[in-house]
Amino acid sequence: MPEGWLDFEQPLAELVERLEELTAIGAKEEARRLSEQIEKTKIRLYANLTPWQRVELARHPRRPYTLDYIDRMVTDFTELHGDRAFADDRAIVAGLGRIDDIAFAIVGHQKGRDTKERIARNFGQAHPEGYRKALRIMELAARFGLPVLTLVDTPGAYPGVGAEERGQAEAIARNIREMSVLPVPVICVVIGEGGSGGALAIAVGDQVLMMENAVYSVISPRGCASILWRDGARAPDAAKALRLTAADLLEFGIIDGIVNEPRGGAHQDWDEAAQLVKKAVLANHRRLKDRTGEQLVRERIARLGKIGVYAG
Amino acid sequence: MTKAQTPDGQWLRCDGCNEILYRKTLEANFYICTRCGHHFRIPPQSYIEILLDDAELDELDAGLSAKDPLRFPQYREKLKQARQKTGRADGLGYGRARVNGIPVVFGIMDFRFIGGSMGSVVGEKVARSIRLAREERTPLVIVSTSGGARMYEGMYSLMQMAKTSAELGLLRQSRIPFISIPVDPCTAGVMASYASLGDVIISEPGALLGFAGARVIQETIGEKLPEEFQRAEFMLKHGLIDMVVQRRDLKDVVARILSMLLPADREETGEPGSV
Repeated sequence: MPEGWLDFEQPLAELVERLEELTAIGAKEEARRLSEQIEKTKIRLYANLTPWQRVELARHPRRPYTLDYIDRMVTDFTELHGDRAFADDRAIVAGLGRIDDIAFAIVGHQKGRDTKERIARNFGQAHPEGYRKALRIMELAARFGLPVLTLVDTPGAYPGVGAEERGQAEAIARNIREMSVLPVPVICVVIGEGGSGGALAIAVGDQVLMMENAVYSVISPRGCASILWRDGARAPDAAKALRLTAADLLEFGIIDGIVNEPRGGAHQDWDEAAQLVKKAVLANHRRLKDRTGEQLVRERIARLGKIGVYAG
Repeated sequence: MTKAQTPDGQWLRCDGCNEILYRKTLEANFYICTRCGHHFRIPPQSYIEILLDDAELDELDAGLSAKDPLRFPQYREKLKQARQKTGRADGLGYGRARVNGIPVVFGIMDFRFIGGSMGSVVGEKVARSIRLAREERTPLVIVSTSGGARMYEGMYSLMQMAKTSAELGLLRQSRIPFISIPVDPCTAGVMASYASLGDVIISEPGALLGFAGARVIQETIGEKLPEEFQRAEFMLKHGLIDMVVQRRDLKDVVARILSMLLPADREETGEPGSV
């Protein structure tokens, strides 16, 4: 069984492996025919994804992560480190870079590709110092008038002793408050997993976008299933109940737009995925760039104020 | 306190030292154990009596009530039970009140209402209380006790963290003081939003405060956590809250701080001091 693919993708994985073999031996005509078959298989496999399948895609081991996007859509990226108080948290990447000659401050969660990197990146789960680094760079952006781009991809903020001792709750809360009043354009893109408060801590903006197969949830499907049914194995049912897909959240007015992914998901074509994100970021930046800081903050807070459903 | 309640309700067992205490004695002592000082969990009405002049809260928007926007499993029953148990429409009350003569906007959470969870109603009412404080240039005091965001409303509830914290961004710019009083227990989405954003944060002895639940942390690190972990004293030691105050002193401490943050000459004009 080919590795790094989801169970439901196995038919595709086998075809992709065969295509690689055919290309290697130079069997052009057969490779062309197989490519067609691959496209048809993609259409069939990814046409009607269940919410749980989206969760799986959002966590796909082959999915591009923050630095993969930065490599493909940002020039002159200059990573900046540390919260100036405790440490440099590698679960969050922050820095300056240009997108089509426009200088941005960029902040994103970073997961690891292999075991060693996963551990170094703490599986994309930030500590307080990570959120504080993110805020430091966003405040730097505000002082020098740069727009901010955040890329969101985390299972959640890290639940650990050190994180509690250093004020995980306060770090998240402060980021949310300060991002709300940042006087520069803030564009947020959920590129993979939007894991609860750990995601929200860098996801308050003028335009919050989600990629087509990204998910964003108040609790993990497994955690929700444990509470509801005392059975974590019912995560797929919880994923459905939580309404965590991009389409759901656009309908609720919780996000502002969806970035399409290459057919079959971002992991099929990192370059194309990055181009699609870049295009969406630039389009939104054009709409926001001439607003004053005051206007941005007023509209950002008004946008949040409208979210909620109640009677009376 | 429920755990310690005996069937006839006249006698309560202290969670701190197992002493059996007469309810009337306990009431007269702010629900603090006369033997070991353990602070019992108390309902909103008790905080209103302890903190507010004449035990008076001029409550606003009391009828605001939750819907079930996701048609989420078990939510309607949970709401029904919580409403029956508390006699409230949802988990937070707010309005105008006075503390030792100082006008405040006061908010109070009810942990018995689905674990004090913050859904659309709680979030909206916290946001309105902050706006009211800003518009009337009146200090804000909120007593919070919560297990976090209300899962049953999915992402609507997560976004209440942003809605409330964003309003506090504006309040802060207006230089109106916010005293946050998280009490036992206050964790997750509420601590990771407005409750951690007080200009001054005060808690009570022994209160459980933090971000992640102790069970989740234990599962992650595979070790047993010490008894004092995430208690108010732990938070104080790590620089995360300003004070741990005995319940009987809470009112005077709040009033004293507010009286200094709001000097008389500024109350008149509403002019902020220089930063």
